[in-house]
Amino acid sequence: MFGWEFPPHILGGLGTASYGLTKGMWECGDMDITFVIPKPWGDEDRSFAKIIGASQVPVGWRDVSREYVESRIGNVMDPDEYFRLRDHIYADFNYMRLNDLGCIEFSGRYPDNLLEEINNYSICAGVIARTEEFDVIHSHDWLTYPAGIHAKQVTGKPMVIHVHATDFDRSRGNVNPTVFNIERDGMLHADHIITVSNLTRNTVIDKYGIDPAKVTTVHNAVTPLSEDLLNVNPPRCKEKVVTFLGRITMQKGPEYFVEAAAKVLRNNPHVRFVMAGSGDMMDKMIDLAAARGIADRFHFPGFQKGKQVYEMLKASDVYVMPSVSEPFGISPLEAMQMGVPSIISKQSGCAEILTNVIKTDYWDIDAMADAINAIVSYPAMHDQLKEDGLAEVNQITWDKAGRKVINIYNQVLHRN
Amino acid sequence: MKAICFYFQIHQPFRLKRYRFFDIGNDHYYDDEFTNEDILSRIAHRSYIPAAESLLRMIEESKGKFRCAISLTGVVIEQLEIYVPEFLDLLKKLADTGCVEFLAETYSHSLASLTDPEEFQAQVKAHDQLIYEKFGQHPKVLRNTELIYCDEMAPMIHEMGYKGVITEGAKHILGWKSPNYVYQAASCPKLKLLLKNDKLSDDVARNFSNPSWEAYPLTADKYMDWIASTPADEQVVNLFMNLETFGDFQPRETGIFQFLEALPRFAAERGVEFITPSDAISKLKPVAELSVLHPISWADEARDTSAWLGNKLQNEAFNKLYSVAERVRLCTDRRLKQDWNHLQSSDHFFYMSTKHFNDGAAHAMFSPYETPYQAFTNYMNVLADFLVRVDEQYPKSIDNEELNALLSTINNQNSEIEMLNKELQSMRNNLEHLNEEHATRAAVAEGKKLDENLKVEEAAPAAKAKRGRKPAAEKAPKSEKKPRATKKAKADGQE
Repeated sequence: MFGWEFPPHILGGLGTASYGLTKGMWECGDMDITFVIPKPWGDEDRSFAKIIGASQVPVGWRDVSREYVESRIGNVMDPDEYFRLRDHIYADFNYMRLNDLGCIEFSGRYPDNLLEEINNYSICAGVIARTEEFDVIHSHDWLTYPAGIHAKQVTGKPMVIHVHATDFDRSRGNVNPTVFNIERDGMLHADHIITVSNLTRNTVIDKYGIDPAKVTTVHNAVTPLSEDLLNVNPPRCKEKVVTFLGRITMQKGPEYFVEAAAKVLRNNPHVRFVMAGSGDMMDKMIDLAAARGIADRFHFPGFQKGKQVYEMLKASDVYVMPSVSEPFGISPLEAMQMGVPSIISKQSGCAEILTNVIKTDYWDIDAMADAINAIVSYPAMHDQLKEDGLAEVNQITWDKAGRKVINIYNQVLHRN
Repeated sequence: MKAICFYFQIHQPFRLKRYRFFDIGNDHYYDDEFTNEDILSRIAHRSYIPAAESLLRMIEESKGKFRCAISLTGVVIEQLEIYVPEFLDLLKKLADTGCVEFLAETYSHSLASLTDPEEFQAQVKAHDQLIYEKFGQHPKVLRNTELIYCDEMAPMIHEMGYKGVITEGAKHILGWKSPNYVYQAASCPKLKLLLKNDKLSDDVARNFSNPSWEAYPLTADKYMDWIASTPADEQVVNLFMNLETFGDFQPRETGIFQFLEALPRFAAERGVEFITPSDAISKLKPVAELSVLHPISWADEARDTSAWLGNKLQNEAFNKLYSVAERVRLCTDRRLKQDWNHLQSSDHFFYMSTKHFNDGAAHAMFSPYETPYQAFTNYMNVLADFLVRVDEQYPKSIDNEELNALLSTINNQNSEIEMLNKELQSMRNNLEHLNEEHATRAAVAEGKKLDENLKVEEAAPAAKAKRGRKPAAEKAPKSEKKPRATKKAKADGQE
């Protein structure tokens, strides 16, 4: 499997989903999984998959001793693994900027030179594909499609790509042609395409012109939360709190949340709104909240990570995800796990599988305001959504998704 | 002799328009006129009117042998008056044949019987009055909303003057017993119960056009065979269903109307009669007492009240609504009263059900909303506005008893003032008489001067008397407060 993020160092939903899926497949049994990420930190959970960091894969020969390798990267990779990989370098990449071990440095994030990093990742994938033994290649999201294609060309093994998002979701239609081409190239080379929702599936079929027969939807799931997180006990505000949590970007529809908040506050002043996260539209949103005259009740606590996210959720009465286009959207499921009623846009993939949430069109701020007001004013509504939502979300587990993916593997391998 | 007792239900609620919370306090019009008209006229033309025509033909062709009962709610009559008045004329024709009995029920298809007996009685009374106005009949048998019934209600129903009640032949109540007899209420043996024959009713209402049903296709001949082959001593087969069964649930193409119209002929061949509920109750002897501890109904798999009060949303909405029942009864505003009736329709609660599987599908089929949560939100917003209006009439800060007392004080004062006015009037008359007498007596000698003086002297004590009475009038009602208050409440209840 090729992925870009892996918990605990994640920047978005991609890492959580890849982790959950891998674990779910491992729980189904009889499967060895190698997971390649650009840059491991050493604190990843390695109990169910072998993790290889591309930043530890040599692409240029360096004569180093075992002890030296051990001391340099022992925390993230077994030295034997390093030497095995070193035996499979297929071309001379010394013209590139390599470090003392002959490896390329990765940021593991989404830097400005992302395209270069994607290319480097695919170079490393060539070495890995020549070293490791496997039956299926599985690439998560467009960043790793080139790596997958490379591995497929080297080994001839079937490739499955997992579309967690497309550029149509990220850009609200203003597609970046380079990204589009990488995505489409991956889809054309893939033996099978997995999408996280029917919404994404339709995008793949309509916008990328892919044969519907090779596109299957496998909805995401959630990992049960630990006791520790479920029992966080943040101070609670006396007033009702309505939360938006996510990147403040065009894709997430933050302005609709602000407008809905203004509508609610006009009639019901005893509510507070929180927009947690950061992103390129944050300043604009602060301006908008001020322009609507609700800045005293509209708060921007900034980017939340790890435990803070769950504290934030626990302190909320309503969770709102007004995404304009959300391939899946795992955060409402997390909110439901924390017992927070959710309002989601009909344009998000998770709306396809959830029933105990309020669904509105992202642009319908009247409906959104109405739903927010209903949940904060009618306790019965809050309780019913909370209880039924919890029961529902506990049924959405990764092993079910994993089982579906395994079936797709069997299909591309022509096994039954 | 075996008999069939048919009863057809007609009801459509006033559906609420999409009502946002910022409309609360600003917009007091709640109906979704377009949907209401659309649904009612569609169902009337697909089902109600052809079905009523079929019934009329059946009565004529069988020379009055075919008899049945119809029940329609007050809210559907209100809607029919606006949108499909020709159907009411048709019903009147049916009533005039003397073969169709109209049953009593709650005016607004409400669940009042479960929480507020006073409201329940008031609604049934209002409905009876309406039925008399429209069809010239005084209902004798009660059909509570959705056939809801339990022991607790029986004595009250009997006291209201009904001889019998129609309810569900729920399996968990009957056990091994057959629904094809007349029963007595355990808590009030004088009240007779007619129980719906679940299987035979559903065969028409649900299975009729289902090709995967083993008895498909169902013919009138076969159906009558089933009824005739029930044990010989079973007296009456109660077939209760919605009138929409004919033409809407089972579309015209399925042949449901031909099936219906063929029934009397095949019944006659087998010696099966048709009777109305009140015939059944007066002619047939009850076989046993039946005890129903918890309310039953004809809805959902569970046949209880969980279709309307099964989750928190429904209970919250229900309790909020009835928390102002007493207060609304004190009001006299006609529009407020009308909205109160419309909001009580059980349908609003039915839409809020969060049940799954078959029951959930049934709820979703009838609901104008996408989700139960939307149904709840919309209803609660409307209700919030309604509560604001009730509050404007009578603020919440005054409790009901105090309000009652104040209202009766005002009433008493009104009548007191009226009395005093009358007194004043008669005093004035006396005074004029006196003056006339004086004028004649004093004649020419005294002159006009004296006359004027006298007038002033006489008028002053009269004005004093008027002022002196007022404090007394304010005091007087206080002692009367309690008895008057209860009388007032009773009078309201009976209205």
